[in-house]
Amino acid sequence: MTLLDVDIAFRYPSGTGIECRWQDPVGEPRVTVFLGPSGSGKTTVLRCLAGLERPQRGHVRFGDRVWLDAARGVDLAPDRRNIGVLFQDYALFPHLTVEQNVAFAARGLTRSAAALRVAELLGAFQLRGLERRLPRQLSGGQQQRVALARAVFRRPRLLLLDEPLSALDRPTGDEMREELRALIRFLAIPAYIVSHDRVDALALADRTVLLDEGRIIQSGTTQDVFDAPGTSAAARLVGVDTILLGRIASVEDGLARVTVGGREIRAAAPADAGHEVALCIRAEDVTIALHDSADLSASNRWRAVVQSEAPEGPFVRVGLNCGFRLSALVMRDAWQRLALKPGGGAWAIVKATAIRTLPRS
Amino acid sequence: MDWVAVGLTLKLAALTTLILAIVGLPLAYWLATTRRAWRPVIDAAVAVPLLLPPTVLGFYFLMATGPNTLLGRLHAGVFDGSVPFSFTGVLLASVLYNLPFAVRPFVAGFAAVDRRLVEAARCLGASPPRTFATVVLPLSWPAVLAGLVLAFAHTVGEFGVVLMVGGNIPGVTRTIALAIYDDVQALDYAAAHEASAVLLIFAVSVLAVTYSLQRRVLPL
Repeated sequence: MTLLDVDIAFRYPSGTGIECRWQDPVGEPRVTVFLGPSGSGKTTVLRCLAGLERPQRGHVRFGDRVWLDAARGVDLAPDRRNIGVLFQDYALFPHLTVEQNVAFAARGLTRSAAALRVAELLGAFQLRGLERRLPRQLSGGQQQRVALARAVFRRPRLLLLDEPLSALDRPTGDEMREELRALIRFLAIPAYIVSHDRVDALALADRTVLLDEGRIIQSGTTQDVFDAPGTSAAARLVGVDTILLGRIASVEDGLARVTVGGREIRAAAPADAGHEVALCIRAEDVTIALHDSADLSASNRWRAVVQSEAPEGPFVRVGLNCGFRLSALVMRDAWQRLALKPGGGAWAIVKATAIRTLPRS
Repeated sequence: MDWVAVGLTLKLAALTTLILAIVGLPLAYWLATTRRAWRPVIDAAVAVPLLLPPTVLGFYFLMATGPNTLLGRLHAGVFDGSVPFSFTGVLLASVLYNLPFAVRPFVAGFAAVDRRLVEAARCLGASPPRTFATVVLPLSWPAVLAGLVLAFAHTVGEFGVVLMVGGNIPGVTRTIALAIYDDVQALDYAAAHEASAVLLIFAVSVLAVTYSLQRRVLPL
């Protein structure tokens, strides 16, 4: 059984456009992130799914319903697709209060049923007390919650989120990403999220789709896509540094022990034991040594085997196998001093503070 | 004061405004949102009365609705009498002539409404008419009101089209503007002064209201 069956080609009068084809089975994975640089057409894909743009060719089927069949001239209007859309800047109605925004989709419900649903959503999205405020009187985070509450009012069968975090500054964005993940899990509605930020994919996505110049260049589970980008364009999108997905084994004094590939990695703890996390390690934060040394402050010292070396300007990018793949960037003269060759043994050293930990569950 | 002329003028202006609201709002919304290639043609057709002498419009209107034309015969078949030199004739010509005064402010107002809000409403299950009523209109009402006020005021002051199409029949097609013309012809300057002053004050107050509406920005 297919949840979503998409095969579309859409071209703007300017000539830019998208050409995408994919199918999603029913059930897990529930959250898909479309990752791509600006201009890659990811928002256009979302607009086509919502029915806001009409592809010139192709079809979109959702479950057993046909949303679009260009050949037969079928194009279901957005209001008949039963979707929840979160727009980039939220698109809250400026003339309506929080309560009226949330209840905008209440048509067809009795007054008491609508009031009940509004109260339920205001509670779930922590908006109580803000009922009578206008959107301009809300913080960015509150606006996002209102927009989400409004989008899910009718219990849509699909959520579409366009750059949900880009309108927020960095600390607020990080905070809202946590909140957004919790809300999406709570809602248990399949979601498509469009983003240019790989952190969004790492923190939110079960499945990641890489988009470049209007085409899907790679798709798969987030771990697979980030582990093995298939092309250089894909590698640029996911970044070539090390990203590891693992589970927090234990937490002690704010320091987490995360198990990845049989090894233990120590990093700042963003969540309790048992939680899934993504660990991001920048290649320039990895030190390579010939011998282990106990008199270092760094908490992570892993025995490694050199797998590859590639010059990168004044640096050398070194691929290491520590039980997981680790990318290191070292000065060329330092690398020559170590006199290491692929196959040779070494130690990889990373300070716990240099590892960025993103919760995933 | 010629109170019959005043009453007739207000009736003509009110009905013209009403018809323009019914016809002009959908037309303006279509113009503000369509991406069709022939939109400029419709745009131009709506704006033509701004440049055309009223006599030209009146002349073509007479030619198109005379007793021997298709429109004229249709009208005679349904109602009694002819379109030219009747109140109906003046009303129809007045609607055509005032189209740009209402529709252009409407279009400007609708075009200023953020497209994403319209899309958000559609994605929340609202049909196009409901989206118009609950999102577009509440966010553009100053422009809509400005258009209606302008059309009303412009009809009150219209002279050429009314004279061409309606003649100058007291109680049927003789509006204040025509009455003033008659007063001047008859050298009754006192009556002309009186009516002119009323129209002048009316025009200035209407413009003041319109400009203050256009300056009014919704607290977004």
